[in-house]
Amino acid sequence: MPSPHSSVSGASPPPRTSAPPPPGAAKDPTPPVKPAAARTSRPTAPRARPRLRVPRGVRRASGPVGLLLLWFLAAATGVLPETVLASPVDVVRRGADLIGTGELPQAIAASGRRAALGFLIGAAVALTLSLTAGLFRLGEDVIDASMGMFRAIPWVGLIPLFIVWFGIDETPKIALVALGVTYPLYFNIYGGIRSADAQLIEAGRMVGLGRIGLIRYVILPSALPGALVGLRYALSTAWLALVFAEQVNADAGIGYLMSNAQQYFQTDVIVLCLAVYAVLGLLCDFAVRLLSRRLLDWRASFDGEGA
Amino acid sequence: MTAVNGTNSVEVRGLTRAFGDKTVLDGLDITIRAGEFVALLGQSGCGKSTLLRILAGLDSETEGEVEVPRRRSVAFQSPRLMPWLRVWHNVVLGLPGGDRALAGRYLAEVGIEEYAGAWPRTLSGGQAQRVSLARALVHEPELLLLDEPFGALDALTRGKAQRLVADLWQRHGCSILLVTHDVEEALLLADRVLVMDDGRIAYEAEVGLDRPRDLGSPDFVALRGELLRRLGVDDASALSHHREEVTT
Repeated sequence: MPSPHSSVSGASPPPRTSAPPPPGAAKDPTPPVKPAAARTSRPTAPRARPRLRVPRGVRRASGPVGLLLLWFLAAATGVLPETVLASPVDVVRRGADLIGTGELPQAIAASGRRAALGFLIGAAVALTLSLTAGLFRLGEDVIDASMGMFRAIPWVGLIPLFIVWFGIDETPKIALVALGVTYPLYFNIYGGIRSADAQLIEAGRMVGLGRIGLIRYVILPSALPGALVGLRYALSTAWLALVFAEQVNADAGIGYLMSNAQQYFQTDVIVLCLAVYAVLGLLCDFAVRLLSRRLLDWRASFDGEGA
Repeated sequence: MTAVNGTNSVEVRGLTRAFGDKTVLDGLDITIRAGEFVALLGQSGCGKSTLLRILAGLDSETEGEVEVPRRRSVAFQSPRLMPWLRVWHNVVLGLPGGDRALAGRYLAEVGIEEYAGAWPRTLSGGQAQRVSLARALVHEPELLLLDEPFGALDALTRGKAQRLVADLWQRHGCSILLVTHDVEEALLLADRVLVMDDGRIAYEAEVGLDRPRDLGSPDFVALRGELLRRLGVDDASALSHHREEVTT
């Protein structure tokens, strides 16, 4: 939801400013006069243009809307059988049903609980490891090499091992989310700490900051932009890990709804669940972007990246 | 490194610093009197900045005796402000009990108190350098070390910043060591000018001219010619070019 929004607000000005040169260069023999006139009589210039050009936001929306329409028509005419893919109308109707019976809210709550718990554990582990590795030479030697080694293992591939270790109830699911969250957070925070500007550290030492002061006022703020990028990756990984984890013997949650639906060929429920995963992921992304804007308002480069 | 008492602010004897095989400082001696303004000239890579870093306490892998006052501050070539702290917070960073009111007093002294609440990225180069000066002064240093602080500024801004430093020095009475490669800047500001070469002080000149100094006065021009010669810029055309600039 936030991304089309940002593209509309971020994209509509460029055509207006970039549009004048081509017609001016192509038709007008006196370009030095025209742009000045266009600048003073703004209302007339843009009004003439929409007839020729569709606003960028509309053009961008036309793709997804067209696909939805195509899907609807294919389902309505029977080209697309319900056993392959349910019609969008069915999906929406099924969504309303499942909200009415309370099944969908319950599933979201169960999945959200897993994601949140796994994220908190993973974030705590990543924070501890990255601070230790980033701030202490010994920590770097011991931790960073190991993290590099473990990263080579695809974390999804650990599901069988996690089942052996933790059984098939909640624990392996939360553990998988935690694992997926740990890597992006660790590497981004560690990288951020290590990229702290040596000149600023020197300036900090010069004004009398001690080790704690340097960490508080120089090193951690330098790591913050990287940490927030890591947080965005971590949250999207958390939902991805959850999708994988919930395929394993779930008795509640969105994955449970999906695997049930699979047994009864309810493609509308499956599509609905996918949409719910997508919306939850987007909401998390939106939250991090808001957080970034608040925390990084000292950074000029962030102004162009509004939520 | 120990604190000095008496009339001298800085005493350095036989200071040697090598980076690998390259000896940058080679048995250097330097003395700065309390309240004295000393400019240190030298070509790029002659070890000026190394000496300043040693006096600042940022480099301790040295041989020789270095005595400096305990309270000393540095203004670097780039302002080195923390971009995530507001201007006032940058000024009092690391100062116990430093608050916005105190920062405001020093920002007023360098003429930019209205930017106390701004982010450093919104400042111009000259403004940021003023904040950097305020941050150095807030510690009320006995020795202020300036490492080419005006090097990156345009000519107009540099002139203003130089006058500001002259004022601040008069007011605070601290010793100043100004590292620069600009002969005129050195002669405009300093009591004494040192020329560094081959890791030692190769030449020194007392600048006995009254302040504010006149770039066109014969004594100024003569001193500048001598310093340029000592710096190895004794090309006749370069000198005559400088003379023309002054006379016109």
